Amino acid sequence: MTRFSSYRDFDLTLFVFVLLMSIVSVFEIYSATLHTKFHGFHTKQLEYLAAGIALMFLISMIDYHKLIGIAYWAYGISLASLIAVKLVGKKVLGARRWIALPGGIHFQPSEWVKLVLIAAVARYFWGLCGKDDLTWTDIAKAFAMVGIPMLLVLSQPDLGTALTYSPILIIGLFLGGISWKKAAILVLTFLVLIVGVWKSGKVLKPYQKARLTSFQHPEDDPKGSGYQVRQSLIAVGSGGIWGKGATKGTQTQGDFLPIPYTDFIFAALCEEHGFVGAALVLILYFLILVRLVQNAQTAKDPPGTLLVMGVAGVMLFQIAVNVGMVVGMMPVTGIPLPLLSYGGSSVLFTFLALGMVMNVRMRRFVN
Amino acid sequence: MPLSDLHNMPRRGDEKISPTKLAAAQYIITAVLVVLVMGLWRLQVLGAANYRLLAEANRVRKVPILAPRGRLFDREGRLLVDNYSSVTCFLLREQMKDGDLPMIADGLHLPLEQLQYTLHHFQYAPKYQPIPLKQDITPDEQAFISAHANELPELETLEEQRRLYPRDGFAAHLIGYVGEISEQDLNNPKYAYYEPGDVVGKSGVEQSYDALLRGKDGSRDVIVNSHGREIGRLGEEMATPGKDLKLTIDLDIQTVAERVMEGKNGGLVAMDPHTGEILAMVSRPAFDPNQFAVRLSKSYWNGIITDPNHPLLNKAIQAQLAPGSTFKVVMTLAGLQENTAQNLHVVCNGGVDFYGHFYHCDRHHGPVDIHSALPYSCDSYYYTLANKLGIDTIAKYGHMVGIGQKTGVDLPEEAAGIMPSPQWKLKAQHQPWYAGETISVGIGQGAVQASPIQLARALSGIASGGAMVRPHSVFADELPPDVLQEIQEAYPGSGEKQIEITPENWQIVTDDMANVTQSPIGTAYEAHLEGIDFAGKTGTADVISGRQKGTADKATLPNAWFVGMTPRRNPDIVVAVLWEHGYWGNNSAKLAAQVINAFVEKRRKQAGNLRLEQAATPQPTPAPVKPADEAAKPTATAKPSDAGTPPTKPSKPASTPTASAPAVDKPKTIPAA
Repeated sequence: MTRFSSYRDFDLTLFVFVLLMSIVSVFEIYSATLHTKFHGFHTKQLEYLAAGIALMFLISMIDYHKLIGIAYWAYGISLASLIAVKLVGKKVLGARRWIALPGGIHFQPSEWVKLVLIAAVARYFWGLCGKDDLTWTDIAKAFAMVGIPMLLVLSQPDLGTALTYSPILIIGLFLGGISWKKAAILVLTFLVLIVGVWKSGKVLKPYQKARLTSFQHPEDDPKGSGYQVRQSLIAVGSGGIWGKGATKGTQTQGDFLPIPYTDFIFAALCEEHGFVGAALVLILYFLILVRLVQNAQTAKDPPGTLLVMGVAGVMLFQIAVNVGMVVGMMPVTGIPLPLLSYGGSSVLFTFLALGMVMNVRMRRFVN
Repeated sequence: MPLSDLHNMPRRGDEKISPTKLAAAQYIITAVLVVLVMGLWRLQVLGAANYRLLAEANRVRKVPILAPRGRLFDREGRLLVDNYSSVTCFLLREQMKDGDLPMIADGLHLPLEQLQYTLHHFQYAPKYQPIPLKQDITPDEQAFISAHANELPELETLEEQRRLYPRDGFAAHLIGYVGEISEQDLNNPKYAYYEPGDVVGKSGVEQSYDALLRGKDGSRDVIVNSHGREIGRLGEEMATPGKDLKLTIDLDIQTVAERVMEGKNGGLVAMDPHTGEILAMVSRPAFDPNQFAVRLSKSYWNGIITDPNHPLLNKAIQAQLAPGSTFKVVMTLAGLQENTAQNLHVVCNGGVDFYGHFYHCDRHHGPVDIHSALPYSCDSYYYTLANKLGIDTIAKYGHMVGIGQKTGVDLPEEAAGIMPSPQWKLKAQHQPWYAGETISVGIGQGAVQASPIQLARALSGIASGGAMVRPHSVFADELPPDVLQEIQEAYPGSGEKQIEITPENWQIVTDDMANVTQSPIGTAYEAHLEGIDFAGKTGTADVISGRQKGTADKATLPNAWFVGMTPRRNPDIVVAVLWEHGYWGNNSAKLAAQVINAFVEKRRKQAGNLRLEQAATPQPTPAPVKPADEAAKPTATAKPSDAGTPPTKPSKPASTPTASAPAVDKPKTIPAA
């Protein structure tokens, strides 16, 4: 069976938005690394972007049904790679997240697992589509599907990436047709569990708790756990309405802002380009996300919708958590900002995910 | 599962996903982004002013530019105290990487064990607190630190100006030392200018002239990064260096004075009686002010404060002890001015009886009058004189010449001493005066207490015809008028004044003093100087009442005093020596004689190597040999020497056979002074 697809249906609007954001990213990485030993990362980011765009086109050519077809196999391999990281991974800053490949490439499986998980969950709920109500068994299977890789990543330990898997499950359950009643029960159970874990003091160590709450009172311990939050708030706040100008951010250039080219790149942007610049970037994100939802709406079939919404869910989650962290509304978790943060794995994941969205888009009229 | 199966398999899933859910997703996206924009608004619009201040505080650091402290020179412009810049290396542990230590140890030339010990020592200090690794690092080590700024970002240097004092405690008590300001001083309004950590003069000239010496620190606004490293500059306010001061001390005289006091316990002061300029000041034992300029070691400090001979005490101005027989010069003046002594004849049989008590004299002097009493230092004569004058008259003359008062010398912590009187005793001890005490006061014992500088001023003032000066260590014309006034107010004392002495009495008392050293009957004849009109008075002051001579315990030996000068009238120099437990005044006289001799030798050399006989004939001052900076001095300081000359000069030259007598009448022909 041949399926007609055409680049006439390629989502040029979305691509332009994404390119704009990538340009902002390269400029901000340039500025944030100007006086550090990381100077030159913006050209590396350009290389990643070129590779990412190429991969995006590549993946958009393969029918997404085919991708979904191999999702379970890929899922199995993903679990294996996560276990491999546990065993042979390279330890960086106290966590095993990377596998060293020949040629000096470091591979972070947890990013790819995200993609595989989106496809696997799409396939799973596709099978359940149209059911009046999801049974508890269906729900438990979905939890297991997302939960197992999540726990593996959590044990690296990498709380941030593990958390980014959760929107995939939520989107799946939501679109897969969970009843309001069951959803309410789940939410309540989770709240009780979280409060219980927090109060018991057994699962989380005090320093972990401190890290999760220090964002609310960064002034209490300006040299310790509150340092990053405090410096980020100063960077954002001192940017004012118009910002201090590109490469003129004192917090960014003076190395007060922690890792201003990855996790805290939005703070650097806020400092140098002010409220106006930051709001424009958030508007661009809004346009991208709304465009993704439109693509989900126009998708030919439920797996297409599920795929696109999975991507949108993960992106929204990452934006909310990262920007929330930068403006002091969320704890510091180490989640990169999609399309802005420096990093090969992050860029490649984002563009592969967007490739899947293009894939769905290009096949919307095909029967 | 093969792909074809997947497409053909029967499934419920072909129904579209509910559009309302997707519409709901759009609202969720909108809501999340609106919340984030609100967060930005709160920080960037509402909180911008506050965060801008925090960002400035983060990056701009005010770095003080320390003003170099004024240097100190001797009266001829020879450098005494200098500054040197000292660099200390600090370690910022937060930035230290494992394995850096051997490299640091190597570069700083420190043993690795010592470095590890230092780290261990500071292990409980907060991590962000820099710890000092090495003081006074060499340019070589500094180069190492700057060359490895990237590999070893944990090394920081701090440059400070430090004081470099002469070695071996040379003039240490007069010069004083500096140290970090104490918390106590910080609360004193006098030190309002200072901030914690500032260096301040702690004693001596360093303390009394601190306001001039310190200058004014500047500051520099430096842009730093999060590691405190300078990445740019905003602006700076230059430092105003402290004023260099020329001290009145003469390096040559001071050197001799230091040498004669070596190994002894006591104080010495040499002064120009015309002006009050201090030419030399020594106190023993001494301390090394350089030890105070750097971080003071505990063992050195403990050694100093537990030394029974009080090395920190400037005995030239702070020792207040019974002046012993040196006080007899004051008694002689009182007796003559009251017309009591002229006709007083005493037969000394080893002591006299008063009020049912036998007061001892050292020897059986036989018949003694006012001309022989002072050279003999006959106690019997002065007991009798004291009894005739009465305590009120003695105290009057004592006060007149400044006994029991501060001289007003421009140095901190001067001791006032005591001139006892019935009023004083009632006030201090709540007891009435006993007539027997008057007898003891007559020989400078009892409750009388004086310091070397007090006696130097009193006796040379008498020898100058009653012209009393205010001793000082910095030339008045070096000082701005307001500072001079401040100093005089800060160090009050009896100061400059003219007391009444009739020319006849002036001649008698000065001849008496000359005979102490120049007449074979004099107590200090052994110390006489050939060809120099050396005069003075010995003092052998009991330390404990009822002294036991020959006791092995050195601490019970009497204190040996001597106040000597040359020439006998209108002296150009006075030297007061206190040698604690020096046993006999004559011993101190020999010390003073060496200083006097050095002074005269130097003068003669400056006058063109003139021999004594030639110098005696009046001739113009050989001005060219004077050091340039001294040429300016007499304009401001000559007046005391004029004032010191009594209204009517004695027409008769001194009776002593020395050829230096003409100098009496022509004091101003002698260069330098």
